[in-house]
Amino acid sequence: MDLNFTTAEIAFRDEVRRFLRDNLPADLSDRVRSGAELGKAEMERWHAILNAQGWLAVSWPVEFGGTGWGPVQRHIFEEECCLADAPRVVPFGLQMLGPVLIKFATPAQQREYLPRILDGRDWWCQGYSEPGAGSDLASLRTRAVRDGDTYVINGQKTWTTLGQHANRIFCLVRTATEGKPQAGISFILVDLDTPGIEMRPIRLIEGGYEVNEVFFTDVRVPVSRLVGQENQGWTIAKYLLSHERTNIAGIGFSVQAFEQVKALARQVRADGSRLVDDPLFAARLARIEIDLEAMKITNLRMLVDAQKQGAPGAEASMLKIKGTVIRQALGDLARRALGPAAAPFPAEALDGNAALVPPDHARNAMKYFNNRKLSIFGGSNEIQRNILTKTKLGL
Amino acid sequence: MDFQPSDDRRMLRDTLTRFLADRYGFEHRNAVAYSEPYHDPGRWAEMAELGVLHALAPEEWGGIGGAGFDIATVFEALGRALCPEPLLGALMAAWILGAAGAGLDSLLSGDTRYALAVDEAGGAQGIESIATFARRNDSGWVLNGRKSVVYGGGSAARLLVAARAGEALGVFLVDSSDAEITRYGMIDGGGAAELYCDNTPAERIVENGESIIRDALDHGALALCAEAVGAMDASAELLLDYLKTRKQFGRAIGEFQVLQHRMVDLMTEIEQARSITVLAASRMGSDGQSRTVSMAKSLIGRVAQQVAEELIQMHGGIAMTWEYPASHYAKRLVMIDHQLGDTDHHLTKVAAEYRG
Ligand SMILES: Cc1cc2nc3c(=O)[nH]c(=O)nc-3n(C[C@H](O)[C@H](O)[C@H](O)COP(=O)(O)OP(=O)(O)OC[C@H]3O[C@@H](n4cnc5c(N)ncnc54)[C@H](O)[C@@H]3O)c2cc1C
Repeated sequence: MDLNFTTAEIAFRDEVRRFLRDNLPADLSDRVRSGAELGKAEMERWHAILNAQGWLAVSWPVEFGGTGWGPVQRHIFEEECCLADAPRVVPFGLQMLGPVLIKFATPAQQREYLPRILDGRDWWCQGYSEPGAGSDLASLRTRAVRDGDTYVINGQKTWTTLGQHANRIFCLVRTATEGKPQAGISFILVDLDTPGIEMRPIRLIEGGYEVNEVFFTDVRVPVSRLVGQENQGWTIAKYLLSHERTNIAGIGFSVQAFEQVKALARQVRADGSRLVDDPLFAARLARIEIDLEAMKITNLRMLVDAQKQGAPGAEASMLKIKGTVIRQALGDLARRALGPAAAPFPAEALDGNAALVPPDHARNAMKYFNNRKLSIFGGSNEIQRNILTKTKLGL
Repeated sequence: MDFQPSDDRRMLRDTLTRFLADRYGFEHRNAVAYSEPYHDPGRWAEMAELGVLHALAPEEWGGIGGAGFDIATVFEALGRALCPEPLLGALMAAWILGAAGAGLDSLLSGDTRYALAVDEAGGAQGIESIATFARRNDSGWVLNGRKSVVYGGGSAARLLVAARAGEALGVFLVDSSDAEITRYGMIDGGGAAELYCDNTPAERIVENGESIIRDALDHGALALCAEAVGAMDASAELLLDYLKTRKQFGRAIGEFQVLQHRMVDLMTEIEQARSITVLAASRMGSDGQSRTVSMAKSLIGRVAQQVAEELIQMHGGIAMTWEYPASHYAKRLVMIDHQLGDTDHHLTKVAAEYRG
C-alpha cells in the first residue's frame, strides 16, 4: 500500500501549480472565490488561456488536440484548479460532446467541430431533459422526422444550462416509436440560430439565470448532423454519461469550500468572539473534515481502478452521492456561519459601510440554495442509488 | 386533555387564512416580498382591521389575545401563506411596550409600524454582546452604535432599540426619521434594515430591560416556530400532491418506496415540530417559558431544514425554479433558522441547565 503520488505525478502537480500562479488572472480568481456568476467573456477568457497552454481538453487524446492525460493526472489538474479558484471549464463541449465525437463521429464531423470547441468559436449546450423526461430520460418525446436530406424537429427541451451563451445544442431526439423507448433515440447536433428555435430563460431559486427552456417548431436540420447511426442515441448518451462521471466527486470544490468556512469561522468578530470557539459549530466542521478526508481516499482508490480499467465503473455513483452530500453540507455551514447576516438579498448590494460579511461570503446563502441542484442533475442521488442497487448489490 | 383550538382561535385562524388566500395569493406575495418596501402597506392595514394585531396582545394592554396559542394561531396562518408582512416586529414591540406601561393603541390599530432592534453586526448571537450605548445630553438621551438585520426595520416608523446605559440594558424608542437606516430585502422575501445611531435622539422607555427584552424575544421565537409549522404543512401538501401527479418510468413517483418512506419521515418530523410548538405556546408566561421556547426553536431549526431540503430533492428540478412555490417555502424554512438564534444557539441554551 502506498498512498503517495509518484515522483512524476508530484512533478506534474508542481508544474500545474506554477502554471496557475503565473497565468490565472487575479480578477477571475477573485470572482470565483466570491461565488459570483461568471459572464460569458470571463469563461471564454479562461478557456483561451488554457487552450494556449494545450490544457483545455483534458479528456481528449493528443491527436485531437487534447492532453491525453489519464484519470490521476486529470484529478490532480482539476483539484489544483479548484484550490487556485480558477473558473470551472464549461463542460458541455469539452467534457461531454468532445469525447462523443471522438468515439462516434465521422472524420469529417470531427474535423468540423472539434477545433471549434477548442478555440471557442462554438459554445455547446446539452439538450437531453424535457418537461416530461427527467430521471426517465428514455421517455423523451422531442421528435425528429426524416424528410429527404433533413430531419424536422418538433418538441421541447428544458434545464438547458448556459444555453443563453450557446450557439449550438446537442440533442437526444426520438426517431422511432416502435420497440423499447431506448431503441428509438438519436443524437443530433443543432445550430441554435436555425429558424423555429426559441429559447426562454428560467429563473432559479436563488434568483440567478443559468438554465433555459428550448422550444423546437419545425426545425430543419441536415441529416449530416446526426452523430453515429440513427437510433444509436441511447448508447451514445450512456457513453457520455460515463465521461461526465470522472470528476464527479468534486473533491477540489469541497477542499476549497472547507478552507473558506474554516477561515471564516476563525475570524475574530466585533465582540471579540470567534465562531470556531463554539463547540457545536466546531463539531459540525470537524465532522465534515473527517468525511472529506475519507472521501479523498475513496476517490483516489476509484481513480486508480479507473486508470487500470480505462473507464470509471458503477462505483462512480458512490462518489456522486457522497461528493454532493459533502459539498452541500459545506454550503450549509458557510451559510450558517454568517448567522442573521446570511439573509439579506442580494447581499453584495450591501457594500462599503453597510457590508455585513466579508465580500467572499456575501453570496453564501444563495450558493447554498443553488447547490441543491448538485444532488438532482446528472442523475439524481436516488437514481445513483438505483444504479448501485442493480450493479453492485445485484438486487 | 384537549388539543383542539378554542372557538375564538378557530375563528381567528379561519378569518386570517381566508384573507390570506383571497388577498395574499402566491403571485401577489412574490410581487411584494422581493421589491421595496418588501411588504404591502395596503394589505397590512387590511390585516390590522381584521384584528390580527390585537390578537397578539392581552386585554390589559388593549388587545384581545396575547396567549401563546393566540400568537401561534396567527403566525401559523402567516407561515402557510409565506406572508412577508412585518408582524414579528409588531409582536415583540407589543410585549415591550406593554411591559413598560406604554400605550399600544397605534401599534394594535396598525397605524404605526414598530420593529425591535437587538442584534448587532459581527457578534455572537444573543443579547450579551450588545455594544450600542446610550448617553444623556441636555435634551434627553442619544444613542450610538449599529443595529444589524432589523426585521421590519425598513418599514417601521418607530424602532425599539436595546442599548446599554452604564450597567443597565435599556430599551429606547427611536423615530425612524431621526436615524440613518439602510433598507434591503431578504433572500426569502420580506425586508430588514441596518440602523446606524450617531448621537441619535431617543426616548428611554425601559431602564432595566434585560428580562423584558428576553421575554419579547421568547415571544418572537415562538412566533417563528409557529410560522415554520405553517410553512412546513403547506410544503408537505405541495410535495405530496406532486408525488401523486408527477410521472416517471410510467408511474407516479410516489409509487417509489424510497420516496414514500422519506415522505412519512417528513410527516413524522412535522408532527414533532407541531408538538414542541404547542408545548412552548402552553408554557408562555410560566417558569419554563424560555427553556421550552429554546427547545422548540432548536427542533424547528433542524426539522425545517430537513423539510426544505427534501422538498427540493423529492420534487427534482422543478423545485429549483423561482416560478414554482416550493422554492420560496424552502428558502423561508431555512432562513427562519437565521432569525432570533439558530438551532445550535438554542440547543446550547437548553443544555445549559444540565450544569446545575
Ligand atoms: C440546475 C439544473 C441544471 C440542469 N442542466 C441540465 C442540462 O444542461 N441539460 C439537460 O439535459 N438537463 C439538465 N438538468 C436536468 C436534470 O438532469 C434533471 O433535473 C434530472 O434528470 C432530474 O429530473 P427531474 O428534475 O425531471 O426530476 P424527476 O425525474 O421528476 O424526479 C423527481 C424525484 O423523483 C425521484 N425519482 C425519479 N425516479 C425515481 C426512481 N426510479 N426511484 C426513486 N426515485 C426516483 C428523483 O430522484 C427526484 O427526487 C438540469 C437540472 C437542474 C436542476
